[in-house]
Amino acid sequence: MALPLYLRELQQEIESYAREFGLDFFDIIFEVLPYQAINMIAAYGGFPTRYPHWRFGMEYEQLSKTHTYGLGKIYEMVINNDPCYAYLQEGNSLVDQKIVMAHVHAHCDFFKNNVWFKDTNRKMMNEMANHATRIRRYMTRHGVDRVEGFIDTCLSLENLIDLHAPMIRRRPAQRPPARGENAGSNQRRGREVPRLPVQRRYLDPYINPAEFIEKQKQKLAEQRRQARRFPAQPERDVLLCLMEHAPLNRWQRDVLGIIREEAYYFAPQGQTKIMNEGWASYWHSTICTQRALDDSEIIDFADHHSGTMGTQPGRVNPYKLGIELYRYIEDKYNRGRFGKDYEECQDLDKKRRWDKKLGLGREKIFEVRRLHNDVTFVDEFLDEEFALQQKLFGYRFNKSTGNWEIDTRAFKEIKKRLLFSLTNFGQPLIEVVDMNHANRGELLLVHRHEGVDLKLDWARSTMEALYRLWSRPVMVRTIVGEKHTLLRYDGQDHTAETVSAADGLGDPPAEDENDDQD
Amino acid sequence: MAQKIDSDHSRFRQIVRGKIKDNLRRFITKGEILGKKGKDVVAIPLPQIQIPRFQYGHKDTGGVGQGEGEVGTVLQPGDVEGEAGQAGSDPSEHVLEVEVTIEELAQILGEELELPRIEPRGKHRLESEKTRYTGIHRVGPESLRHFKRTFKAALKRQIASGLYDPNNPVVIPIREDRRYRSWKVSWLPESNAAIIYMMDVSGSMGDEQKELVRIESFWLDTWLQSQYQGLEVRYITHDAAAREVDRHTFFHTRESGGTMISSAYQLCAEIIANDYGSGEWNIYPFHFSDGDNWSSDDTKTCIELLRTKILPASNQFGYGQVESPYGSGQFIKDLREAFGDQEEKLVLSEIADHEAIVQSIRDFLGKGR
Repeated sequence: MALPLYLRELQQEIESYAREFGLDFFDIIFEVLPYQAINMIAAYGGFPTRYPHWRFGMEYEQLSKTHTYGLGKIYEMVINNDPCYAYLQEGNSLVDQKIVMAHVHAHCDFFKNNVWFKDTNRKMMNEMANHATRIRRYMTRHGVDRVEGFIDTCLSLENLIDLHAPMIRRRPAQRPPARGENAGSNQRRGREVPRLPVQRRYLDPYINPAEFIEKQKQKLAEQRRQARRFPAQPERDVLLCLMEHAPLNRWQRDVLGIIREEAYYFAPQGQTKIMNEGWASYWHSTICTQRALDDSEIIDFADHHSGTMGTQPGRVNPYKLGIELYRYIEDKYNRGRFGKDYEECQDLDKKRRWDKKLGLGREKIFEVRRLHNDVTFVDEFLDEEFALQQKLFGYRFNKSTGNWEIDTRAFKEIKKRLLFSLTNFGQPLIEVVDMNHANRGELLLVHRHEGVDLKLDWARSTMEALYRLWSRPVMVRTIVGEKHTLLRYDGQDHTAETVSAADGLGDPPAEDENDDQD
Repeated sequence: MAQKIDSDHSRFRQIVRGKIKDNLRRFITKGEILGKKGKDVVAIPLPQIQIPRFQYGHKDTGGVGQGEGEVGTVLQPGDVEGEAGQAGSDPSEHVLEVEVTIEELAQILGEELELPRIEPRGKHRLESEKTRYTGIHRVGPESLRHFKRTFKAALKRQIASGLYDPNNPVVIPIREDRRYRSWKVSWLPESNAAIIYMMDVSGSMGDEQKELVRIESFWLDTWLQSQYQGLEVRYITHDAAAREVDRHTFFHTRESGGTMISSAYQLCAEIIANDYGSGEWNIYPFHFSDGDNWSSDDTKTCIELLRTKILPASNQFGYGQVESPYGSGQFIKDLREAFGDQEEKLVLSEIADHEAIVQSIRDFLGKGR
């Protein structure tokens, strides 16, 4: 639906303000839609062309209910795409539309410039439509139930991707070593323990003492073990491993690839929730209050804005935390409250009134929006002073009273928890360590335990999904109730066996030091 | 508006339906979904519809919040992230609830237990009016004027009379062009049903027995509601004397003292005679007790009341005997002896435990009466 004239004019106006402030975005295509359509698009994750699946229907039902009961309203949606698509709700008032448009421009700037979005597909709208076409074709060819069931299986594993993969070169396809290339040296290495070069013989026991030789031997043994292991390094992109090595039909491989690609596309949005929403809120507030609003609209603006920024005691509002942190950084760099002098200043009063009038704030937050994700953003900039200002606290379930209670105001602990909840989206880290375990083609995964156990019933169901793809027994090594445990599913039964911590099963292989001294 | 999401949505509803059907027996025997009943919908917890993932279990790491409060301040359960409102024993559990209409639930119940539909009594004389805007009239109130049709008529007239100028397309309706929406009244046959629950609340009926009755009555309500347009439910409790009570009291009173079932039957007969006597009502009395009656004389009175007053007026009389460690369970035997198989309106069912509820529902509703 074409944008009505008054909104087109508004768009031009807001866009000029955004450019004036230095925001840099793709072309934005706004569409005004009734709430049903907005709910539908939201259910599809922003893509009206998504493939058919029941979970979108479930999402839609929940959104519609939220809307009907007045518990929530979607003002807008922005899609990371070039051109950027943005959907506005038909029922928004004019002030709402102003805020929302300013908000959207900042989101789009973020998509375009934040480094974590660098490798996302900017023609995702088309790509999603292609995915849908392919999945529909498979459905007609192989039956809806079969394809849908397979999608369910893949979705169970959707979170098993390597969040950092877009930032590093993808692993080149592993090929067997060419004849003569590596084998010879490997063999030689295998037999002989490498020694440090010795000029005079009598120094040998000092340069290569017995314990050093012993260590080298162990290292060699580990290397040999590793060479037999596949993949050679633990692999976090479990989906890629499965795509490359699981016995799948061509259509199944393609569907798995689709799920994986979409997961990678959405990952940066999950990784930068606080930053992205904070950035957009910072700019809608700046643009509206300094440019776009006229006097009569300020109350409505304040009402809308405070609704977005509202916090509930038991959770962190990403909009609020984000905008405050940007403002905090801006203020800090405007006043020069950083660096050695400031850090080492012991005089609290002087510190409080510290102002070098540097005016670097704007520049700094533009840099921050380019380089960081939520984890590094919080890690780098959330300091004790900010935590105090924002009244952050930690809470915990108190078993003796049966209540959720505030249990700490200690900065370190709060930051630790916040970072933990952001790391890997608050999802457990799971890696493939061996795809030919015990030389029987069994799949061994390791859960890198960070202090919280897996939800066991779900873990079992997920292992069943893994088994459906891998069709050989699947194992997950984890910690259950402080005991190292090997969960195993062989297609019939689940077993859980306590194992010792030191049996090397799935321990990260020793750091690969550069020892090219032969 | 037809949307692309509709097919995904109906697929989701279909899956929900399938899951409910698969788990219906568990729902029935455990009574899990009771108490979540709204006016027309029931919320059913369906954790198995979510897609499982590797996920953290108990979040005993706690979380981070923002706001006022000292260490030790209690947070409202609803405020805490991922909390479904009940800070229970398992803080991280967030169970997905889906809503189904009572009608849908009854349909699933009917399919699963293979219940026959009931052919209502009453001569279809109780009818309800329904108006629908279906047609167009040339006369009517201005508030119902149909603008599009009016202008269409005006345009037709102007073209026919040569008054229409395509270069200056002005259409002015005159009186004769006006069109109005009109409605039709259709009469729908309506059949009504009344359920009269009677329960023994004497000392021998414990909480567990009442729970059985509560679960069973939920499903009886659900089914009968789906079969009739109007449903009235009345509740009678009795020990040595009977009282009409409201729903809450019905399930929560506890009396001690003796049991005279005839008192309840007497009251039931009176209610039928006073309120549902027209012969247009489909009447379903259900009586639940542990089978202990005060005296055999009283049992005789009961049988007499049933035979002369209650059974002739009812579609079906259901007697459910819940097993109780204190009751003798004699009453059901007496009824069986008195009526044998001859009285087909009388249905007797024994409910030993939760597992037996399904069979009992089938006993009561399986006759299609």
